[in-house]
Amino acid sequence: MNYLDFERPIVEVEEKLKELKTYYPHREREIRRLEKRLSKLKTEIFSNLSAWQIAQVARHPHRPYTLDYISRILDDFIELHGDRTFRDDPSIVGGLGKLDGESVMVIGHQKGRSTKEKVFRNFGMPHPEGYRKALRLMKLAERFAMPVITLIDTPGAYPGIGAEERGQAEAIARNLEAMSLLRIPMVSVVIGEGGSGGALAIGMGDRVLMLEYAIYSVISPEGCAAILWKDGTKAELAAEALKMTAKDLLHFGIIDGIVKEPPGGAHRDHDEAARLLKEALKESLDALRGVSGEELIQKRYQKYRSMGRFIDTHGSDTLRDS
Amino acid sequence: MVWFRKKKVKVPEGLWIKCESCGEILYKKEVDRNMGVCLRCNHHFRIGPRERLAFVVDEGSFEELDHHLEPTDPLGFKDVKRYKDRLKALKKKGASKEAFISGRGRIRDVEVMIGLFDFSFMGGSMGSVVGEKIARLFERAIEEKRGVIIFSASGGARMQEGIFSLMQMAKTAAAIGEFKRHPYPYISVLTDPTTGGVTASFAMLGDIIIAEPKALIGFAGPRVIEQTIKQQLPEGFQRAEYLLEHGMIDMIVNRKDMKDVLYRLLSIFRR
Repeated sequence: MNYLDFERPIVEVEEKLKELKTYYPHREREIRRLEKRLSKLKTEIFSNLSAWQIAQVARHPHRPYTLDYISRILDDFIELHGDRTFRDDPSIVGGLGKLDGESVMVIGHQKGRSTKEKVFRNFGMPHPEGYRKALRLMKLAERFAMPVITLIDTPGAYPGIGAEERGQAEAIARNLEAMSLLRIPMVSVVIGEGGSGGALAIGMGDRVLMLEYAIYSVISPEGCAAILWKDGTKAELAAEALKMTAKDLLHFGIIDGIVKEPPGGAHRDHDEAARLLKEALKESLDALRGVSGEELIQKRYQKYRSMGRFIDTHGSDTLRDS
Repeated sequence: MVWFRKKKVKVPEGLWIKCESCGEILYKKEVDRNMGVCLRCNHHFRIGPRERLAFVVDEGSFEELDHHLEPTDPLGFKDVKRYKDRLKALKKKGASKEAFISGRGRIRDVEVMIGLFDFSFMGGSMGSVVGEKIARLFERAIEEKRGVIIFSASGGARMQEGIFSLMQMAKTAAAIGEFKRHPYPYISVLTDPTTGGVTASFAMLGDIIIAEPKALIGFAGPRVIEQTIKQQLPEGFQRAEYLLEHGMIDMIVNRKDMKDVLYRLLSIFRR
């Protein structure tokens, strides 16, 4: 099993516990004692993670991806493909489904688990056609007054020749404009990596949530370190400086809420992570129910319009808060 | 993000300058008279916003707005230097207050809102002030029933303002979404270089998109792409001519013709 350095104590106890349960199931007292220790360890370690460690959890190879959540959260799901212009981009998946009986459109970045699948999904880095597919599905949802759920998990939009040739920037820009005018409720959740414009391009929800150990940033810590420190190994410092954790973003008022993860991170228990996410999604959708299209647009405009901090030395020198 | 190669971008001081493109030694005053364009090879040097303003709007017609907005340091950001100190140093240098100036202007008989980037201010990066100025520009344009022209020259979002910079992409795009519900044109002019979060938001959302010759325009910078794909990029990749060929922009316009073309477009839109 793959695990992160700081997870080692947890993994060791987990393995011991597994062994005990398999071969000596009658040693109940010992099992209970170990379970207690495990739960304490998880809490201890995961409540004190640095920004860099959180980034590693957000990118954990066992972390649940969009399709892992979809299969657990929706009663029914039919995947739809293609941007109708160039090709189907497997880095973004989307489709129609039912969430406890309510029809919804779900769109999300998709990473791969195996090496082969990682390549197929392009490591969750979409090309323009991925964003154009996402937009097509949002527009479809709008026609049928269905809420849209977007799940964000990407290192960023792909920086490659084909992507530039087909208008990566234009595709992202167009999505931003279009999302600002959608007449249906949209809930966006950063489930893993929120990589800059490539994340925002499907993330302009009426409500934006982050999983407890997700990150969301204007640039990856590695990229930031390479540019500002001129040294890619300073990523740990950059992660700290960029203030990219869910707690930071909630504090800044950029996101509306944090979705709890199971003890020790979402990768330890996909089912529980999905249950917690589903709860949060339903709460957000309920809060947006019955709001008219025009009102949604106005509120969304105000939401994003007010983001930013600067000094107004003229009228009043109030620090405008997001 | 400032992704592209660092080059000496300013027309150097002194009597004579060397063209970065053809290597010709040029008399600086003559280049200035030629709007910062090489007399031999038509290379368009990067120029500042005030200088450009003189080539675009009628003399004396520009009235700057929102110049009282100044950057702050919402993250308490520190790399090898503090963001606060960077800002202070820029202020001391007497440089511009921010990477973008905006206001009202007139092109012959057409009143417009106009905004221009200043690449010399932190690579023309977009932080909260730039985003706010752009949003206000479009909102005022709706009120005053004017078209909007924006000249971009930017490395993208300003890293030092973190997530707030990223959200300026959403903010400016939303402002344009609102603006486009009205019948006034938005002309986006891309100059060298325009990349990152600026390209991926308001810059590519123009009703009309114009570029200066050979301007570097893209989402990712060429160095990032080369590192990702581990190949050399083809000649002319991400240049204005390449974008025109791939259907991403409407036209390439020489600096000396820019005012005229803008005027003709605005007149036609005005009906």
